[in-house]
Amino acid sequence: MAVVGQVLQSEWTKIKSVRSTVWTLGLALVVTVALGALISAFTRSNFKEMPLSERVNFDPTFTSFAGMGLGQLAMIVFGVLVVSNEYSTGMIRTSLAAVPQRATFLFSKITVATFTAFVIAMVTSFVSFFVGQAMLGSHRTSIGDAHVLRAVIGGGLYMTLIAVFSMGVAAMLRSPMLSLGILMPFFFIISSILGAVKATKKVAQYLPDQAGHKVMQVVTVGDDAPYGPWGGFAIMVLWVVVALAGGYAVLKRHDA
Amino acid sequence: MIELQGLTKRYGEKLAVDGLTCTVRPGIVTGFLGPNGAGKSTTMRMMLDLDRPTHGTVLIDGQHYRQLKDPLRTVGALLDAKAMHGGRSAYNHLLCLAQSNGIPRARVREVLDTVGLTAVAKKRSKGFSLGMGQRLGIAGALLGDPQILMFDEPVNGLDPEGIHWIRNLMKNLAAQGRTVFVSSHLMSEMALTADHLIVIGQGRLLADTSMADFIRQNSRSYVRLRSPEIERLLDVLAGAGITAVTTEDGHLEVDGTESAQLGELAARHKLVLHELSPQQASLEEAFMQLTAESVEYHAHSAPPGGDPRPVAGADAPPDAPPDGGAAPPGGGWGADWRKKKGS
Repeated sequence: MAVVGQVLQSEWTKIKSVRSTVWTLGLALVVTVALGALISAFTRSNFKEMPLSERVNFDPTFTSFAGMGLGQLAMIVFGVLVVSNEYSTGMIRTSLAAVPQRATFLFSKITVATFTAFVIAMVTSFVSFFVGQAMLGSHRTSIGDAHVLRAVIGGGLYMTLIAVFSMGVAAMLRSPMLSLGILMPFFFIISSILGAVKATKKVAQYLPDQAGHKVMQVVTVGDDAPYGPWGGFAIMVLWVVVALAGGYAVLKRHDA
Repeated sequence: MIELQGLTKRYGEKLAVDGLTCTVRPGIVTGFLGPNGAGKSTTMRMMLDLDRPTHGTVLIDGQHYRQLKDPLRTVGALLDAKAMHGGRSAYNHLLCLAQSNGIPRARVREVLDTVGLTAVAKKRSKGFSLGMGQRLGIAGALLGDPQILMFDEPVNGLDPEGIHWIRNLMKNLAAQGRTVFVSSHLMSEMALTADHLIVIGQGRLLADTSMADFIRQNSRSYVRLRSPEIERLLDVLAGAGITAVTTEDGHLEVDGTESAQLGELAARHKLVLHELSPQQASLEEAFMQLTAESVEYHAHSAPPGGDPRPVAGADAPPDAPPDGGAAPPGGGWGADWRKKKGS
């Protein structure tokens, strides 16, 4: 039986010895922070022209996270590559010969990748918040204000879970191109369209990203979602658990 | 020791491996021979628990592969030289394998040195030649200093020096008492390395025999004679009690008599000889006969059902039995082939 500690160490060596780890996670941080800063600065200069309703419901915390919509795509690429690289390179056969217990193999890999993504996601969220608030000037909020710290931590958790969800999907589909081809358009376009259209909005609010957004928001006036910040987060966790279970079921059954 | 018990793998309608039962013993190199598509790689993947058998089991020293603690310390396998992440350096590729099985870091340097890749240890394996990739794969197999080693087509892509190196490596590993199981589709390669042969075709066991027996039963040796006075030569041979067979192109072939004896006989009778040459039917030919009916992908020149031996007529009398005349006792190797040939 493979020893879990050994396999975790092995997966850590794997993750830090390929370039894609650095550039995907680096891109996630840079894009999220830079775009958040840009949109925060733009919001500050246009604040007076915004309609009254938007000004009343203005959420400075969530505004500083505006870069996550794009930055999460890099997180998706990270999650997909970490798992599906094994398949696309043929490494999976070598890996499973070394660790024939497939649950130990998959969940050690996902544990290490999740921890790595978590660290970067938290840094991204906090840096985005502080840089964004600086850009917002007089419209800024403070980390000590009610619910703000929860929202900033929530931003880090959201980005982590996006990556973990992608790992599960990649384990199910076993192909990087197929996984990215489904996940990228889904999170970047389809989910927001479904969320914006009245007819599908009720269903769309249960999608992993839309439910997960709730925990990053401070101001929720005019929001008719039937769940709170942690309720939304729990829905997202459920999606992730289902994706991982599906990924494990596929790995367990398939020939390598 | 590896034991295969009724190992079967079915892909939809197609049986890739069909009830394979055999034992791979320690201390010798066991060749696993079969034409392309015979099921060699599928069998090896099932031995490592990568593919799940439809029926049957594989036992490694009495245990299933997945029950082994730190399997790389028991079984080292080279399945596919490309089964690695090209973006990872040779050193890191081996390091992550070593760590997963609790193998000390120093061992990584050792095996890199053994396969001669120390100079490129920090280079990404993406830029490696096929031969270097093969060496890195072999380093991975040696990593855990295992008692059992499996190599799938190890000489593929290696240069002559590399081929020589891997042959010696396999022989040395076997001489140390390890179990060495190596697949190939080339009989000539096996003849140089293997002590024991397991031959499969279309997933079925065709032969399980020692290399020496295989050679004895298959390498028909004879003497070829060519003379302008063929009728007188035949008379002289008959007079000496020697049976000769005339081939279609006017040669004589003599079994069981030394060429020196034939030459002296001809000289005594002042016979002109244009050729007096000892001949040996190749093992490659014997292997082709053995697997002829089970070759999955025929070339156009050998239509299914036709004579599977395109050059046989030149070396053997047309009426010779396909296995060269030596019927093995108890319907050993080749029995299956002859049975099918006759039907």
